[in-house]
Amino acid sequence: MIAPIQATGLGKRFGRTWALRDCSIRIPPGKIAGLVGPNGAGKSNFLHLVAGLLSPTTGEVSVFGRSPRSHLIQLLDRVAFVAQDTPLYPGFTVADMLEFGRRLNSRWDQRSAEQRLRDLEIPFDRKIRSLSGGQRSQVALGLALGKRPELLLLDEPVARLDPLARREFMQGLTASVAEDGISVLLSSHVVGDIERVCDYLVIISQGRVQVAGDIDELMGNHHLLLGPRTADGAAPSGVEVIKTSHTERQTSLWVRGRVANLDDGWREQPLSLEELVITYLSVPAAAALPRPELEEVPA
Amino acid sequence: MALIEFHLDPSSGVSLYVQLMQQVRQSLLFGLLKPGDKLPTVKEVAAQVAVNPNTVLRAYRDLEHEGMVVSRPGLGTFVTAGAPASIARDRYRALRADFERCIRKGRAERLDDSTLAALFAHVLRENHQEGVA
Repeated sequence: MIAPIQATGLGKRFGRTWALRDCSIRIPPGKIAGLVGPNGAGKSNFLHLVAGLLSPTTGEVSVFGRSPRSHLIQLLDRVAFVAQDTPLYPGFTVADMLEFGRRLNSRWDQRSAEQRLRDLEIPFDRKIRSLSGGQRSQVALGLALGKRPELLLLDEPVARLDPLARREFMQGLTASVAEDGISVLLSSHVVGDIERVCDYLVIISQGRVQVAGDIDELMGNHHLLLGPRTADGAAPSGVEVIKTSHTERQTSLWVRGRVANLDDGWREQPLSLEELVITYLSVPAAAALPRPELEEVPA
Repeated sequence: MALIEFHLDPSSGVSLYVQLMQQVRQSLLFGLLKPGDKLPTVKEVAAQVAVNPNTVLRAYRDLEHEGMVVSRPGLGTFVTAGAPASIARDRYRALRADFERCIRKGRAERLDDSTLAALFAHVLRENHQEGVA
């Protein structure tokens, strides 16, 4: 199946600063992918490149096999993008906003767009500026979904919402994914939001992609090993050490892979998703990326 | 430098102070801590794992209540002479072999890992030892 998002050597430079560098990933179809990383890591720029709102400095990005810049019109109907802070027209009423969506989108689904907002008890005659943050986000999501996109891009969709509004937003999102099977890429720096809804994780840090993969696989493949103090650099075979910490008597190893036989006195603990993300972010040189598909495996 | 460090998992469902206590006990069992050793200070733990100092205090207080550690005001918290000693290597191996036998038996009954773990947790609960979490 054709990937909703594929990037090869993708880079974006503003003046002398690289906002994104040498980014190669392929997000498989039907995923809710989470894009995490510190502020300024390059998340928004990556989303803007995918949405065709920025053009790459190096490499390329394709959306359903096409360049978002040169096939903007063809992709416009298939991709929905909700930018940070859910920009809507504050002077429009909710009904105006829906009408706006209807007139500008050829595949617009007025009935389900209305139904979704009605279910959330959002008053259609209210101006956008008088809605709560949670309601405004729901209207933005409603507009994005009303397009009936095949790929939905969300930039920090819940960053400013309270916990209840966050949960409701995510419920709206997961319900639509269950119904229409769309692919989603959403950025957040709150791992808890990602953990609940995403099944694919991309970690971006300092403009580079550090980790990309299925969350279940990542979780099953990363562990914390605790044991007596070892010499610096000593590591059990079969694993790749991402990070090491020593005390006078104890060594903690954050590893990828699994040790077949743990030595006496060693313990293996699972890593939470948050711990996994923090571990990678604290070691920017470490990476866990799927092997490029065309690369030959040495015999 | 602290002798040991703690690793907390907020999503495990186990209270943070209980996780701290468990890790002190396991460090004793595995010989990383011995009687007379000083536990990391409350400030060290709070700085290392970003946990409320009161949570560390509570864990240390409960360990003290169990007689494993003693707090000496102004000096720190120390492992007592009465704390359980580390398990001898041969006894550790023997115990491990016993568990492995049980697991093989379970496998023969086609129990998967999570069912075995649930069974173990159940038996552990039925044989709950007073005063030990």
